[in-house]
Amino acid sequence: MLRGFRILHARQKRFKFYLNRFTVLQHILFIAVALISQLCPVQVYAQSNKDCLECHSYKTLEGVRNGHKISVFVSSKEFDTSVHNALTCVECHTDLDMKKIPHRNTFTPVQCGDCHRVPLQQFRESLHDKVLQDGGDLAPNCQTCHGSHNIKPIADPESNVRPIKVPGLCGSCHHEGTEVSERYDIPQDQILENYSESMHGEGLLRKGLTVSATCVSCHTPHRILPHTDPRSTISKLNISKTCSQCHSEIERVHQKVIRGQLWEKEPHNIPVCVDCHQPHKVRKSFYTQGISDQDCLKCHAEADIKSSVDGHSLTVDRMKIMSSRHAETACSQCHINVDPRRSRPCETLKDPVDCSICHEAVGTDYQMSIHGKLHAQNDKNAPNCKECHGSHEVKGKADPRSPIFPTNIPDLCGTCHRLGESAAVRYMGTEQNIVSDYSESIHGKGLLKSGLTVTATCTNCHTAHKEMPASDPNSSVNPAHISDTCGSCHLGIEEKFLKSVHSPLVTKTDATLPVCSTCHTAHTISRTDLSNFKLKIMTQCGKCHEAITETYFDTYHGKVSQLGYTKTAKCYDCHGSHDILPPNDPESRLSHKNVVETCKQCHPNANRQFAGYLTHATHHDPKKYPILFWTFWGMTSLLVFTFVIAGLHTLLWLPRSFTWKRDLKQRLEIIERAQEREDEEEDNREKSHHEEN
Amino acid sequence: MLKRHRRIKLEYERFSRLNRGLHIFTILTFITLAMTGLTLKFSYTSWAVILSHLFGGFESAGFFHRFAAFIMIAVFVIHLADVVRIKIKTKESWKNMVFGPGSMFFNKKDLQDLRDSLKWFLGRGERPQYGRWTYWEKFDYIAVFWGMMVIGSTGLTLWFPEFFTKFLPGWFLNVATIIHSDEALLAVGFIFTVHFFNTHLRPEKFPMDTVIFSGRIPLEEFKLDRPEEYQKMVESGELEKHLVEPYQPIVIRSIRIFGTVALLSGLSIVIWIIYAMIFVYR
Repeated sequence: MLRGFRILHARQKRFKFYLNRFTVLQHILFIAVALISQLCPVQVYAQSNKDCLECHSYKTLEGVRNGHKISVFVSSKEFDTSVHNALTCVECHTDLDMKKIPHRNTFTPVQCGDCHRVPLQQFRESLHDKVLQDGGDLAPNCQTCHGSHNIKPIADPESNVRPIKVPGLCGSCHHEGTEVSERYDIPQDQILENYSESMHGEGLLRKGLTVSATCVSCHTPHRILPHTDPRSTISKLNISKTCSQCHSEIERVHQKVIRGQLWEKEPHNIPVCVDCHQPHKVRKSFYTQGISDQDCLKCHAEADIKSSVDGHSLTVDRMKIMSSRHAETACSQCHINVDPRRSRPCETLKDPVDCSICHEAVGTDYQMSIHGKLHAQNDKNAPNCKECHGSHEVKGKADPRSPIFPTNIPDLCGTCHRLGESAAVRYMGTEQNIVSDYSESIHGKGLLKSGLTVTATCTNCHTAHKEMPASDPNSSVNPAHISDTCGSCHLGIEEKFLKSVHSPLVTKTDATLPVCSTCHTAHTISRTDLSNFKLKIMTQCGKCHEAITETYFDTYHGKVSQLGYTKTAKCYDCHGSHDILPPNDPESRLSHKNVVETCKQCHPNANRQFAGYLTHATHHDPKKYPILFWTFWGMTSLLVFTFVIAGLHTLLWLPRSFTWKRDLKQRLEIIERAQEREDEEEDNREKSHHEEN
Repeated sequence: MLKRHRRIKLEYERFSRLNRGLHIFTILTFITLAMTGLTLKFSYTSWAVILSHLFGGFESAGFFHRFAAFIMIAVFVIHLADVVRIKIKTKESWKNMVFGPGSMFFNKKDLQDLRDSLKWFLGRGERPQYGRWTYWEKFDYIAVFWGMMVIGSTGLTLWFPEFFTKFLPGWFLNVATIIHSDEALLAVGFIFTVHFFNTHLRPEKFPMDTVIFSGRIPLEEFKLDRPEEYQKMVESGELEKHLVEPYQPIVIRSIRIFGTVALLSGLSIVIWIIYAMIFVYR
C-alpha cells in the first residue's frame, strides 16, 4: 500500500497521505516487525545493497525524522532502473554505522553535491537555498524535484525533470493557492496558467515540442534568482542573453528595435525582451504590461504630481494612452532605464523618451532633416517627435483626431510656418504665405474643401521626417528631386518630362532648367484648366524665354491672351507642356511632320502654308523678319507723313478760322438786319394797303 | 399767317437723303471697328481689357468687328451703286463723272484752292472761293476708297486665313496684320483729329457741322461758305430746286446729341491711342 517516497507531491501532502492511510492494522504489523528485528540483531560488515534491502524492502518499515515517523521503504525495482543503480546505498548514505542493525534512526541527509558539485554550487546561490538556509520549510532541496532512490535519466519518460514535467513540477509549489504563493510575495501571478497558454507552454504541453522553453530554460534549474538580482538570468541585464539561447538570430528580426548591436552592447538603453514579450505570457502578439503600468500609475495617475526639477505636470492620463497607438505599449518600453529594484523605479530615468528605439528609420530621417539638425543644436523652435505626434495620446495618421491626419497637417505645420510664426520669421525666401497659399491651391482645396485625403499635403512633398530646405541637394524639394517628388503622385507626367527638352537628361546646360514648380509654383498650384493658370503660364515660360514671349505678344494669339482670354493658342498649345521637344525633333509637335496637325487643333482647315504663319513675329527685327520690318516702317512713314501734312494744314488753319468766324458772324448779322428792314417795309406797305381798303 | 410764313428761312440742301444715311452708318461702323480693333492693337493697355470685356469678350468683339465690317462694305457698295445710278440718270460719260466739275476727284481748281488757302492761312490773301467739294473733303473721300481697299482686303485675309493661305504664304498673314492695323490706326487717327477739325471742330462750325446729318445749311451761310457753288447754282438757275424748309428743332436736337456722342467717342479713342503710344508703347 505504501507507495514509498514518491516525491512528486509536496511534503505536506505526503504526510497527509501517510496519516490518512496508515491503518491500525498496519501499525501493529509494523511495530511487530520492529520488535523482532531488535530481538535478532545481525552483524553486517560488507555493506551491499542487498544487505540494506533486507530490511528496507519491507513496505511497512518506518523511521523517524524530525520527530515524525516516516516510511523508510526502498523499492528495489525502482532503484534498479534509476541512474544511480550502479551505486551502493552507502555511497550516498555515507555516515551510516552499519555495525549495529538496525542502524540509528537519524543521520545526515544525503549530500548530492558530493558528486554533483556544479549543480550544488549553483543551488547554493539560489533563492531556494537561501530560503532553505533561513529555515524555510517550503523550500525545495534536490530530492524535492529529482526524487531520491528513483531518479531516472532525463530521457526516461518516468523522469521527474523531463521538460514536459517541469511546469508541473515547479507549478506544484508555484500555482495559485499553494502555501508558497500565499507566504511569499512573488511578483508574477497565475504563473502556471499563463505559461500553459503562452507560446512556450502551448508548444510543450499541447504540441509536445520538448525543445520548447520550460521554467528552467529561463530561470535555470538550480540557480534560480529573483529578476531584481543582476546575476539572475531573468534580470533586465541578462534576459536578452537568456532568450537568445534559443532565439539566437532574434536580433535580425528586431533590427528596428535594437539597432543591430545595441542589444548586446548597451542592453540598459533599450527595452528588453520581456518589456514587450511578457514573461510567462509570451505570445506572438504583445501583451499589455498591466502590472508594470499600474506600478507607474500608482503615482502618475494623481492629478497634482509635478516634476521636482521644473514643476511641470507629470500626470499621465491613462485613457489617453488607451486610445493611442501605444495602447499596448508599456510605460517602461518608452521610459527605459527604470530600475525595478528601487522603490521608485523611475528614479534612474535620465534621458527623454527616444522614439527611434522602435522607430529607427524615422529617427535616422529626422536627424538628417532641418528640424533634427536644429534640434541637435538645442534650437528651441525646432520640433521633435512629440511636437507633431503628441506624447501619450499619439495617434496614427489614419485617425482623423490625430494631428498628422492629412487634413490636419497644414494646420500642424502652420503652427510654426504660418506667416509671422517662429519658422516663418527666420525664412527669407519667396514662399512667404505658405499656409494660405496652400489652402487656395488645387492641393489645398482638394484636401480642405473636397476632403480628398489622398491630396498632397505638406508632408507629401517635403516628406514627413526628412524635410530639408530646397537648397539642400538631398531635399525632396530640391530642383534635382522635384520631378521625382511630384511624380510620386502624378504618374506618367514625370516620364514625359524626363524625355522633354527641359529634362537635364536631354539638355546639357549650365543654365537652370525648369522643374515642376517653376511653372506650377510651389504652394499656389492652381488648376491648369482655369484661366488663372493659363494666363500665368506665359509669364512662366517668359521668365526664361523672354524674347520669344515678347514677340508672341505681338501676334494675334498673344494679344488676345493679353486681353485675358484663354481661347487662343498659348505656349503649351503648340509646344506641349511636359513633353516639349525642339522643333527639329521629328516627334515635336512643331516638326515639319506634325505642325499642320498642331494648327488643326484650333484651325480645322489649316494647310501647309497656313502653318507658315509667324507665331512669334516681330517687326522690330530687320534681320530675322525683313519683310515685316519694312512693311511696318513703310506704313509708319505713310502715317507720319499724312499726319504731318494734315496736321500742319490744320494748325495753320486754326487762327485764320477764328477771324473767319468773326467775319462770318458780322456778315450774317448785316444780312439779317437788311432782311429785317425789308420785312418791316413790306409789313408797313401791307398795313397801309389794308387801311386804304 | 402770311407774316409768319415769310419769316421762315429756307435752307440749301447739300446732301441727298441716301448719302446722309450712308454717313450715319459709316460713323456707326467706323467707331465700332475702331473700338473693337484697337482692343487688339493695344491689348497691353488696361483700357483695351475693359473695352474688350464691355464688348463681351474677344470673340464677341471679333463678331462686332466683322459685322461692322460687313455693314461698312455694304455702305461702300451702295455708294458705288448710287454713283452708277447717277451716271445712268444724268447720262454722263465716265470721263465726265471722274474729271467733270462735280467730281470727287482732284482737279486744277483744287491745287489753286490749296495754294490760295495756304495764302489765306498766312494772311496773304482772301478766303478762296470754295466750291461744291473742297480739296480736304475730296481727300477724306478718296482716303476712304484707299482705306476700304487696303484695310478691307487685309481684313478679309485675316478673317479667312485658312482660305487665303491656299495661295498666299503664311507670313503674308503677318504682313496683312501690320498693314491692317497700321492703316486702321492712320484712318482712325486721321478721321478723329483732322476730319473732326476740318468739318466740325474748327471755330466757325464748333462744336459740329450738322449739315452731314440734316443735309441743310442756312442759305446765307451757304453763300459765304461755298461762294463758287452758290454762284453756279444761281447761274444755272437750279438754286430754287435745292431750297428746302429747315427741320423741326427736335430733329436738330437729336442730330446734335448723336453728333456729340460720335465726336466724343472718336476723341476718347484718340486719347486712348495717344496714351497707349506715348506711355505704354512696346
